[in-house]
Amino acid sequence: MSTATADTHTEHDPHATNTGISNTKLAMWLFLGTECLLFGGLISTYLLYKTRGNGKTLPTDIFDIPFTSVSSFVLLMSSLTMVLALSALQRGDVERSRGWLLTTAMLGGVFVGGQVYEFTSFYREGIGFTTNPASSAFFTLTGFHGVHVSLGILMLMSLVVASMQGRLKPQNAETVEIVGLYWHFVDIVWIFIFTVIYLIPAE
Amino acid sequence: MSESATDTAVGADDTDDDDHAHHPSDAEYIKIALVLALITGVEVFTYFESVLDWGAFLIPSLMVMMVVKFWLVARMFMHLKADKPILSQFFVTGIVMAVAVYMVTLLAFNFF
Repeated sequence: MSTATADTHTEHDPHATNTGISNTKLAMWLFLGTECLLFGGLISTYLLYKTRGNGKTLPTDIFDIPFTSVSSFVLLMSSLTMVLALSALQRGDVERSRGWLLTTAMLGGVFVGGQVYEFTSFYREGIGFTTNPASSAFFTLTGFHGVHVSLGILMLMSLVVASMQGRLKPQNAETVEIVGLYWHFVDIVWIFIFTVIYLIPAE
Repeated sequence: MSESATDTAVGADDTDDDDHAHHPSDAEYIKIALVLALITGVEVFTYFESVLDWGAFLIPSLMVMMVVKFWLVARMFMHLKADKPILSQFFVTGIVMAVAVYMVTLLAFNFF
């Protein structure tokens, strides 16, 4: 009897850990905690160097706030589509979940495209990675964030492919939730960057 | 024996359902997104100083709006409100450590 109970427990309780949380989800949250330190360092570096232009144009001189606002809005709305994808999968609506995952990846792609456009326009204005300390710090910070978004898109697309192959089922909802955690984190980092780097005026 | 097994299975399913029951509905997610969009709109509005002079209130206002957006996404979209407190503790620890370490760094470099 105890064997049968133990077997059933293993079969039906995916979170049979000391914390009651699956190890993968716990690991993702720990990872996100360490990511706070990474982005904290990059943001602090930019704040220290943002006015050091060495007599050349600063990134703050040519920020295109209306354009970046649209990009920020797009990334914010991708968080909505991400939770809708998880919600649909938890309800067992695999097709709708796949649609929302694809939409999230596409919105992420629009954001990254906007970032590439911004970097290109900066370069045309004479601001490269090594132009001055401010530009180095700016490109490092926003570039790291862009890489994070790009990795998130890869994760989302792998979920879309798995879903098309019939390998993403309601019982795999936690996988989508974990990718979602990463995606939302990337979004909240941008919420911070958008305010502190773009909207708060330079001295 | 089978009765005990069934009881355990039902209990496990109930726990799973209970986890998801605390998650917001799709309609609530959309309402949260609308609030986030509205706050973003106000943030962008502050940029156009010719419309309204925010003066000394500009930076505090922007910081408050940023924190509200951050809090809404973390609590509702990342489900920290419904999940076990240990996850919030991990995340808050990371944030507190980052803020503490980099505030000291900024102070050391006379940023303020």
